[in-house]
Amino acid sequence: MLVEEKNALTEEIELMIKKLGKKRSALLSILHGIQMKHRHVSEYAQQEIARLLDIHPVEVFSVLSFYAFLNATPKGRNLVRICRTISCDMKGKDIIVRAIERELNMKIGHTTSDNKFTVEYVNCLGLCDEGPAMAINDQVFTKLTPEKAVKLLSKVK
Amino acid sequence: METKTKKRTGPVIFSGYERGTAIEKALNINREDILLEIRESKLRGRGGAGFPTSTKWMLTAAALSDEKFIICNADEGEPGTFKDRVLLIEYPELVFDGMVIAAHTIGAQKGIIYLRGEYEYLLKPLQEYLEGMRKDNFLGKDILGKKGFYFDITVFLGSGAYVCGEETALIESLEGQRGEARNRPPYPVNTGYMGKPTIVNNVETLASIPHIIIKGSEWYKKLGTGKSSGSKLFSVSGDCDKPGVYELPWGTKISELLELVSAKNTKAVQVGGASGFCYNKTQFDKALAYEDAATGGSIMIFNESRDMLRVLNNFMEFFVDESCGQCTPCRIGNVKLLEGVKMIQKGDYTFAYINKLKELGKSMQVASKCGLGQSSPNAFLSILENFNEEIFNRENGGTNEN
Amino acid sequence: MKKYLTGKMGVPMKTKEISRAPVSQQAHVIQKPEHPEYIGGSITVEINEKKVSVPLGTTILEACRQNQVYVPTLCHHDDLCVAGVCRICVVDVEGMRTLQAACAFPITAPIKIRTSTPMVRKARKHIIDLLLSEHYGECYSCFRNNNCELQALAKEYGVDHYNFGHVEKQRYEIDSSSYSVVRDMDKCILCKRCVRTCIDLQEVGVLEAIDRGYKTHIGTFGDKPLAEVICINCGQCINRCPTGALRANDPRDEIWEAIDNPQKHVVVQTAPSPRAAIGEEFGIEPGHSFTGEMNTALRRIGFDRVFDTNFTADLTIMEEGTELLIRLYKALVKKDTSVVIPQFTSCSPGWVKYLEHFYPEFIPNLSSAKSPQQMFGALIKTYYAKKHNIDPSNIVSVAVMPCSAKKFECNRPEMTSSGFKDVDYGLTTRELAQMIKEAGIYLPEMPKSHFDDPFGDASGAGLIFGATGGVMEAALRTVIELVTGEKVENVFDNMNIMPVRGFEGIKYAELPITKVGPIPKLLVHVVPNWDWLKGATLKIAVAHGTANAKRVMDSIKAGGKFSLCHFIEFMACPGGCIGGGGQPIPTSAEIRRKRAQAIYAEDAALDVRKSHENTHVLKLYEEFLTYGPCGHTAHKLLHTHYTKRGKFIS
Repeated sequence: MLVEEKNALTEEIELMIKKLGKKRSALLSILHGIQMKHRHVSEYAQQEIARLLDIHPVEVFSVLSFYAFLNATPKGRNLVRICRTISCDMKGKDIIVRAIERELNMKIGHTTSDNKFTVEYVNCLGLCDEGPAMAINDQVFTKLTPEKAVKLLSKVK
Repeated sequence: METKTKKRTGPVIFSGYERGTAIEKALNINREDILLEIRESKLRGRGGAGFPTSTKWMLTAAALSDEKFIICNADEGEPGTFKDRVLLIEYPELVFDGMVIAAHTIGAQKGIIYLRGEYEYLLKPLQEYLEGMRKDNFLGKDILGKKGFYFDITVFLGSGAYVCGEETALIESLEGQRGEARNRPPYPVNTGYMGKPTIVNNVETLASIPHIIIKGSEWYKKLGTGKSSGSKLFSVSGDCDKPGVYELPWGTKISELLELVSAKNTKAVQVGGASGFCYNKTQFDKALAYEDAATGGSIMIFNESRDMLRVLNNFMEFFVDESCGQCTPCRIGNVKLLEGVKMIQKGDYTFAYINKLKELGKSMQVASKCGLGQSSPNAFLSILENFNEEIFNRENGGTNEN
Repeated sequence: MKKYLTGKMGVPMKTKEISRAPVSQQAHVIQKPEHPEYIGGSITVEINEKKVSVPLGTTILEACRQNQVYVPTLCHHDDLCVAGVCRICVVDVEGMRTLQAACAFPITAPIKIRTSTPMVRKARKHIIDLLLSEHYGECYSCFRNNNCELQALAKEYGVDHYNFGHVEKQRYEIDSSSYSVVRDMDKCILCKRCVRTCIDLQEVGVLEAIDRGYKTHIGTFGDKPLAEVICINCGQCINRCPTGALRANDPRDEIWEAIDNPQKHVVVQTAPSPRAAIGEEFGIEPGHSFTGEMNTALRRIGFDRVFDTNFTADLTIMEEGTELLIRLYKALVKKDTSVVIPQFTSCSPGWVKYLEHFYPEFIPNLSSAKSPQQMFGALIKTYYAKKHNIDPSNIVSVAVMPCSAKKFECNRPEMTSSGFKDVDYGLTTRELAQMIKEAGIYLPEMPKSHFDDPFGDASGAGLIFGATGGVMEAALRTVIELVTGEKVENVFDNMNIMPVRGFEGIKYAELPITKVGPIPKLLVHVVPNWDWLKGATLKIAVAHGTANAKRVMDSIKAGGKFSLCHFIEFMACPGGCIGGGGQPIPTSAEIRRKRAQAIYAEDAALDVRKSHENTHVLKLYEEFLTYGPCGHTAHKLLHTHYTKRGKFIS
């Protein structure tokens, strides 16, 4: 990581703390903000957050590792989450998954070689009446068919 | 996601409401009378546990503190539940007016809505809605001219943890911690968010409040059964022609609901999501109510073609993944139950061992630290019990590899 | 003496504002009220159909214990705040749907408790079964065999087979990267005692629960090896681990090898605290010293010479005390801004590393005097080797310590002033007890024998280094007498300087110096004049446990009360060395108090109780350290420097 990048990251965190207050309860919102922008919360960022909130770095790592939507290592540029809960499962989530795996030439839970997509399972998107459902970044899509799912991915930059 | 334009109908929540009218009325009633009205209505928590709402409110109102909080639990993570999403998209006025009324009643200055990370796309619309409320003086200083009544609501986005739907885990999460349930007592009504008295109410509970204020507890109580008053939103999914959110009075029979949503060849109904119970055909005359088939509203329907072991496997995988991992019964117990399911799937089991697992499940129900571990064996126990024949008469371990 | 943020029995009592532990682990600490009647009085509950009265807010567990009702525990530890996670202590409370964790349930109503219903017994059995199913390894290949709380519970509940299977493959790599602490997470039962010790009791913050659900494990920042994070090696986590998941890095094999090698001259020094605690490893009640017996055992094991670390503790007092006088003169009289006060003690390696990580800007405050262990190491391979004509490369120097951090300390690259590794191995009290057992010796029955010369005679001042406040008391015994010429016993009854004794987290005292001189020959040259001390008031403080050290450091940083001190004793471990990370397991406030009593009793029985009256020390200055305390030779061998480590992990 370049020094400028580090400084920029620190500044970002400082800005968020200024907005949210220097308190432990700001932690998740800060992590979320960094995650949104950088698609992960690096070890450097974790330590800076810990320093600026005056908590231990391991506490930041502990919290980060607890939540499914936060991660310490970078994922692909786009995050695809496919609902695996029983309602979507019954509506054919397996077929969707296999179609995506074939199309992107990868296995679920991994990232494509061009780093464009990370595809994962997610526990219940709350769209059980419209399954199978998946989320691409912060947008959700329902009543998927294999064709529709692949088409949606092809539109993603 | 499809945006629904069809008009919803229902006895309470979907019965039509104009923003702010309940707040206006509530501000002219003194707090004690509001509490009595809520108590009279017999409203109980709609998240699933069914704790009397008035008790929570009264204890928080009685707690001495310079700071109190209202938290709206929108961490709707129970598989098969999506009513809160519908409420937040289509009926935010009910939810937020409910929060304002709660704030007035117990004397809170700050409200937080804990929105599950999966609903991130609702963050902006909700924030915009709240901004509108501020502009129209439904939030902020001297709300609707009531001198000294300050209240504001912020949205907090979760980050993907089912256990945060448990109220103390939710509070931990809000405080920047791992979503691990606290020891209780003390309860949030005394020692909640930031150690202050806190109400944590489900989205639907709060959305019921404005109607009770406007139409009164007598009207509300007429709906439902003796112990379950009012109506309930049901999130219906699975094998039926008309899945979706339905508002029905408490006491509706499972069979009536199945008819309403045009479910055919139904073999099983999972009531209450992954943490609920699974009923077979002989039990479809059970009433959906706290005193019979209690539920937070998740109804999942399975027809004759479904493999109940696959269903159970799906639920147990969910719990193994979503257990917070702090207490022994839940962290390891769920893994053992899942292993048991896999054994049956492979046909590699003894009844002696399965019976041991059932006993383990019962211990988990009483010894786990929070509701997650206490309810995670429900599906295991009820599916093995109610679908005993299907599960144990499988040839060579059954048909479905998972 | 004013109390400063301390709790019962030396366990720091914290308010939410100052503790950085996760809220889930600290908000519900139930303090026993001093005057229960003021906050609601007592309440009558039924335990197993027997009516008992307890103060309001007492936990069910405490209520049971007070009334001789046994409830098993695992995640509970008297030194730590409540967790309520293992669930082994569940009991039945009438009217409640589920069982309640006795350790975490404060009694606020007249409840009816039953501790042994069929449901309770079954739940407990299930919990043990579940923990065992995940617990990798065999008891006979574990250092906690026969001293393991999980094993004891399994026995208690008559476990004779694995009801829910047993993990057969190692899942975690053993982390032995650290010189001090080894982590074997396959044996971890996730009680989080280590987490609460590290974050809450010690406020170091190295260990936390990582991931969730089935994948939950205790880990460090980024799941890095312990050697790469900011662990201070205090080993307090080891003392509180119920199983063998945490242990010290054990050098027994290498030491046996050296003993068995006739070419090697193996010498051992023993610190004051092991002798006061080692009996516990042989089933003796805490509070009995086995100094003489241990000496005989060490000889029978095969050590060539058995020395007393207290000797170099006396030497430390001479060096550190002299350094203090020089510092005070330079800072207060010469107004030399390059010299800082207060001076901090440097004999606790856990504290030293804590300071290097967390307050590196205060390194200049640390006394440059080495710890007694390292002074000894430097002398053995120089003075002793020369005197006895032994090739220092053939000397293997072992230090028996109550401490896990001493293992790290002897491996510091700067600890080679003899031209060799000054101390080869740090051996904990536990490990020594193991060696004694391996040699077929039952320690309590050993005849007594004395230490070997030339480092065999030490004063009581060196001995009391083992308890919190001991270094300060030893220093004061010497400083008062050398500076004022007044006998200590005339100032403090029986030479016991009570203001610095006891287990309060932070102790503070002021000592007016009413007269000065005559200054003895050994010291008179260290500062040009002594008059400035007349009428001065020496301000001192003592802190034990890094959480208390943090309080003091933050006060100094903020220019508070402690910044005005002249000399501060810091010990990384609660209770001082007697509560060290290498001491017998278990530990508790009561056990630490008894160990301290044993040390003070031994001191009281000695003839020589002041470091400057140790004739062997004086002889050493005559023969070898001829430039005197803080002189040229002393500086080369007995003083050291430190490393600015900081907190950032790259």
